[in-house]
Amino acid sequence: MAIWVDDDSKILIQGITGKQGTFHGTRMLRYNTNVVGGVTPGKGGQKIDLEGNVIPVFNTMGEAVSHTGADVSAIYVPARFAAEAIHEAAEAFNENGGGLIVCITEGIPTLDMIKAVDKVKQYDGVRLIGPNCPGIISPGDDGGCKVGIMPAFIHKKGRIGIVSKSGTLTYEAVAQTMSVDEGQTTCVGIGGDPVSGTGFIDCLEAFENDPETVAVVMIGEIGGSAEEDAAEWVKENMSKPVVGFVAGSTAPPGKRMGHAGAIISGGKGTASEKFVAFERAGIYVARDPSEIGRVLVEALTDAGLRES
Amino acid sequence: MNIHEYQAKEMFREFGVNVLEGVHCKSVDEAVEAYDSLESEIVAVKSQIHAGGRGKGILYDTDSGEEVMKGGVKIAFSREDVQEFSKNICGNRLVTKQTGPSGKIVTNMYVESGCDIDHEFYLAILVDRDRKSVLVMASTEGGVDIEEVAAVTPEAIHKIWADPSTGLAMDECESLSRSLGITGDSAKELTNMLQSLYRMFLEMDCSMIEINPLVRTRDGTMIALDAKVSLDENANFRHPWREEVRDLSEEEDVEIRANDLGLSYVKLDGNIGCLVNGAGLAMASMDVIKLYGGEPANFLDIGGGATLESITAAFQIILEDENVEGILVNIFGGIIRCDMVARSVIEASKDIGLEVPLVVRFSGTNHEEGKAILDGSDISIHTVSSLSEGARKIVECIGGGN
Repeated sequence: MAIWVDDDSKILIQGITGKQGTFHGTRMLRYNTNVVGGVTPGKGGQKIDLEGNVIPVFNTMGEAVSHTGADVSAIYVPARFAAEAIHEAAEAFNENGGGLIVCITEGIPTLDMIKAVDKVKQYDGVRLIGPNCPGIISPGDDGGCKVGIMPAFIHKKGRIGIVSKSGTLTYEAVAQTMSVDEGQTTCVGIGGDPVSGTGFIDCLEAFENDPETVAVVMIGEIGGSAEEDAAEWVKENMSKPVVGFVAGSTAPPGKRMGHAGAIISGGKGTASEKFVAFERAGIYVARDPSEIGRVLVEALTDAGLRES
Repeated sequence: MNIHEYQAKEMFREFGVNVLEGVHCKSVDEAVEAYDSLESEIVAVKSQIHAGGRGKGILYDTDSGEEVMKGGVKIAFSREDVQEFSKNICGNRLVTKQTGPSGKIVTNMYVESGCDIDHEFYLAILVDRDRKSVLVMASTEGGVDIEEVAAVTPEAIHKIWADPSTGLAMDECESLSRSLGITGDSAKELTNMLQSLYRMFLEMDCSMIEINPLVRTRDGTMIALDAKVSLDENANFRHPWREEVRDLSEEEDVEIRANDLGLSYVKLDGNIGCLVNGAGLAMASMDVIKLYGGEPANFLDIGGGATLESITAAFQIILEDENVEGILVNIFGGIIRCDMVARSVIEASKDIGLEVPLVVRFSGTNHEEGKAILDGSDISIHTVSSLSEGARKIVECIGGGN
């Protein structure tokens, strides 16, 4: 088991005929991810050949979902059309038993995201991950389910859940688990935008309820208070050990550090506040991402899940 | 992206938000002319820079560095006052607590009519990240820092939220007025102002509108006495007019150039340059350098689409900073391949005659090929396999650390 996506997930790619959609769609297929179709308005009825995998293209998400029975969508469309793509996916999944939308696109206007998130919230069975994120991956026995842009080969099926705001730092966390011979159930990149769908707490709750996940690595960054809220949730609800790191201890206030949401404003959202919140919640803290593996072993050992 | 007060007030006028009459000026003559045209006995002469704290800032002579005047916003009671104040402001360096010690040279001024203030309030509209909606925040304590109010008298701050589909409810606006002790026609004016500001927030794709102070005059009129507007840069594509209001002198030249190349760069005060892929990893690289006793010179994310050209440019940008004594390259290859980065590093270092110590850490896609390329080259590069090893090594190379 894993959370939200697994070997049985059926994936659609919104923007499949675009450069990004084709490039990453091909890599998803190489990992044996079950890509069942794509959507590009005006190109419905065509087929696209991704290294020998012939994938049908639909005009709308409504058609694509009802024809394929897909329950996951990966969005690779440009920023100016991405919010609309989320709306379309949300409606299509809502009418067909629910689904997961993974929006990879970076640079979507914040006000567009407020509307899109509000829309998704109205549909019980629909979840949004992202935007501006690497996506979600659940490694399987032979490949796995990769919905996003992460390098698949660094992953291995295992028992650690990973949730992170950052892309490459998620890969770092994955590599750290591998360095101590632990694999992953699911890795979720929730993205670094100020307004996004799934948050830390959603992921922590899902990992807590997932019987195969025994511990979680959580990677935060400066800006907002999502890490503090997550720490509070961990303290109250989490029975499994959590290892945490926060990026941006050296970031100057008032400066956006790459991600739209990574900014210390009015003295709030600093890494030190977040680390303090982590420690208060009993989260195992790594001050250096290269230490995540070692700290994870410590956490697993304390929980009686591993001989040190 | 920030805009000046005079530009924000122009926008306010367009959306029907009450502001006083004022004129944008760029010279002493223009300021005096503005005073004559405004026909207001009392005017404010206001320095136009993006940073806050202008009123309590200090102006220094750009050449001599001597203090010229206290206060970047001055109340003038005569034509002579206007002449004196604008002379002290124009072309001089204004240092406020938000500009840092180097301050900003003031080239724009705003001369604005006076008014009879009864009470100063604080008003802001911004994005609430937790509620995922637009938040209106107001306080009875205007004219002071909202952070200070939040710390000392949090009960003075009142909040209402807009519904993403139906907007800002009238009864919420009315209740906000009541909480602030604003009644009668002033309350109606405030409700209308909030509706107009919310419309502007949406139509202009703002990320923040801050009015500090928002004033009630003795005759009960509600007026935006100050205006600070930030725009969401992700929405630039639907607002081509922004190019015209953008003041490039307010931005770090090197950050603009980096941005044009698809790089995300922020200069810091240390001596170890960083070249990293990914924003989170770039921050973490800085943090770990500091953890092992070094001081990062910059944040630099080369992004997922980096090329030989952008990597060369990234090295050049890092080396423009004279403080840089060594560089740490930290790449976790995903879409980016480490072998491509390795070849770019070699070309770039030959191209620009790289002389400072260079430590490279590769992981992920093609990291072994990348390392082999670097190890086989004739330039002196330390290759390491983990971030902490890299940070320790570069700190050691420049002879620092603990």
